[in-house]
Amino acid sequence: MTDTVSNAPDLDIRKTGRLELLIEFWRYFSENRGAVIGLWFFVFICLIAIFAGVIAPHTATDQFRDALLVPPVWQEGGTWKFILGTDPVGRDMLSRLIYGSRLSLLVGVIVVSIALVIGITVGLIAGFVGGAVDAIIMRIMDIILSFPSLLLALTLVAILGPSLTNAMIAIAIVQQPHYVRLTRAAVMTERGKDYVIAAKVAGVRPLRLMFHTILPNCLAPLIVQAALSFSTAILDAAALGFLGMGAQPPTPEWGTMLAEAREFILRAWWVVTFPGIAILLTVLAINLMGDGIRDALDPKLRRS
Amino acid sequence: MNAHTVLTADNLTRHYPVARGAFKPVATLKALAGASFTLERGKTLAVVGESGCGKSTLARLVSMIEPPTSGALKIGDDDIATASGDALRALRPKVQIVFQNPYGSLNPRQRIGAALEEPLLVNTSMPKAERRERATDMIASVGLRPEHYDRYPHMFSGGQRQRIAIARALMLDPDILVLDEPVSALDLSIQAQVLNLLSELQQRLDLAYLFISHDLSVVRHIADDIMVMYLGRPVEQGPASAVFKQPRHPYTKALLSATPVADPTRTSERVVLTGELPSPIDPPSGCAFNPRCPAVVDKCRSVRPELEQISKVKVACHVVSADS
Repeated sequence: MTDTVSNAPDLDIRKTGRLELLIEFWRYFSENRGAVIGLWFFVFICLIAIFAGVIAPHTATDQFRDALLVPPVWQEGGTWKFILGTDPVGRDMLSRLIYGSRLSLLVGVIVVSIALVIGITVGLIAGFVGGAVDAIIMRIMDIILSFPSLLLALTLVAILGPSLTNAMIAIAIVQQPHYVRLTRAAVMTERGKDYVIAAKVAGVRPLRLMFHTILPNCLAPLIVQAALSFSTAILDAAALGFLGMGAQPPTPEWGTMLAEAREFILRAWWVVTFPGIAILLTVLAINLMGDGIRDALDPKLRRS
Repeated sequence: MNAHTVLTADNLTRHYPVARGAFKPVATLKALAGASFTLERGKTLAVVGESGCGKSTLARLVSMIEPPTSGALKIGDDDIATASGDALRALRPKVQIVFQNPYGSLNPRQRIGAALEEPLLVNTSMPKAERRERATDMIASVGLRPEHYDRYPHMFSGGQRQRIAIARALMLDPDILVLDEPVSALDLSIQAQVLNLLSELQQRLDLAYLFISHDLSVVRHIADDIMVMYLGRPVEQGPASAVFKQPRHPYTKALLSATPVADPTRTSERVVLTGELPSPIDPPSGCAFNPRCPAVVDKCRSVRPELEQISKVKVACHVVSADS
């Protein structure tokens, strides 16, 4: 038989490297203006966090005893030494916010990583094994989901003891049922497909089948969930910090900063406003970015 | 059993439990109610029948995707039906399967090269370079080009994908290839190419094919032996030439008369079946075909006919065995 395929007209010659896929992703992503703005702001925050030591005019814990509650530079009494003013013990607000971005991003990354790894593993097992194992796992996840998430996180931190590490663990535990459900649903649709059965017939063992054959085809919804829950993690960590259950003073965590400055809200507006704005903008930017990623990755919203 | 026999199935059955709601007992769906056949090197056994007759269940049993409920399925001296664990793993490479839908049978996130090498990766300790060489050779032998090695499945047409699926199935040097309607999802012109490829590979590699199809014109082209199934049982079984020349079972006659023949001068009498395929959960008593059979006699409603040898073929029909 001769080669009848060599001049087939419908051969798709699109490039397939990672770079090309990324370029295609970017084309869809960049159609969404809000998402692009969110992305740039997120990159900006990341750069600030990385170069905090260079950018910040002071360290996060330097106390200038002669400059308590100095207003921002544009207000009467403000100086260029403390651009966004100082807090009740004379620490520079701008420097604390800059160092605080490190913590917020750290919280997001660690919480999402823990929740993602546990959630994917448990979800894969539930979806792949099925039966009683699936039922038990999903009922446990239902129980976790039935509590208000912040309340459950609060309870967990109260049990573990208040600290930023424990707050991150608690938030990760509260978040992972979402990953379990998403992974399980995706695995169950993929499990019965012919390519999985073909791999099984070829002798591929269950572990490789789960992680190598099925998992890569379930990733799109998980990436979106990871991006969106990144912001939830930051918000929850700030809330726990505000309630005194997260990062402990003098850590420059945004939520904790809010809590410390609560009593000065009428006398010195800047000590509560700036951390609040920092949280708001970061969470908003990440949410916009997450929406954009979802639109770009979800084939149902895309052409073809 | 002769030296060419690679697989023997004896009275193979597969039942599925069907839940019918909380207050009814679980019913048994007899997808396959007893089939016996042998596969020989270099020969093709075609299994034909309408939807729901147990063709695909048979394919799943032979390719060890699920175990049979009862009966024996022997490859050489090993019985798949009773083998378990490591024994089954050792048998797996001998039977490979090609699915109907080439768009679902390839992993969309796996390059063609990786898909072809995977069977070798998990079953052998072959070094990487050798695996790659084998995959490249296989790509060439199914009529694709070397540069397709690094492409993803979505870049291929249906016919090309089916070639890739065939290539993947052949990577482990199987004795038996189960072809579950391998061309029914393809265009007519592509069908011919893929069928030619399959015949060429069969001759070159001395493969036994179990060819599942409902398209009799395809079967006529490729089959050595044929097994006509109805509601989980073979009703006529024998050499393809004999069955096509002189169909004996009323169902086979109806099936053959439904196949269009490209000959305007030929007037064939069309045997039209009435009624639906009965439910395999509650099959009719006696011969399963009796409610739709044009030649039905009283005996058909009470006694199930067994396969009987009539000249070259085996037929399960009271009327036919009474005539001969």
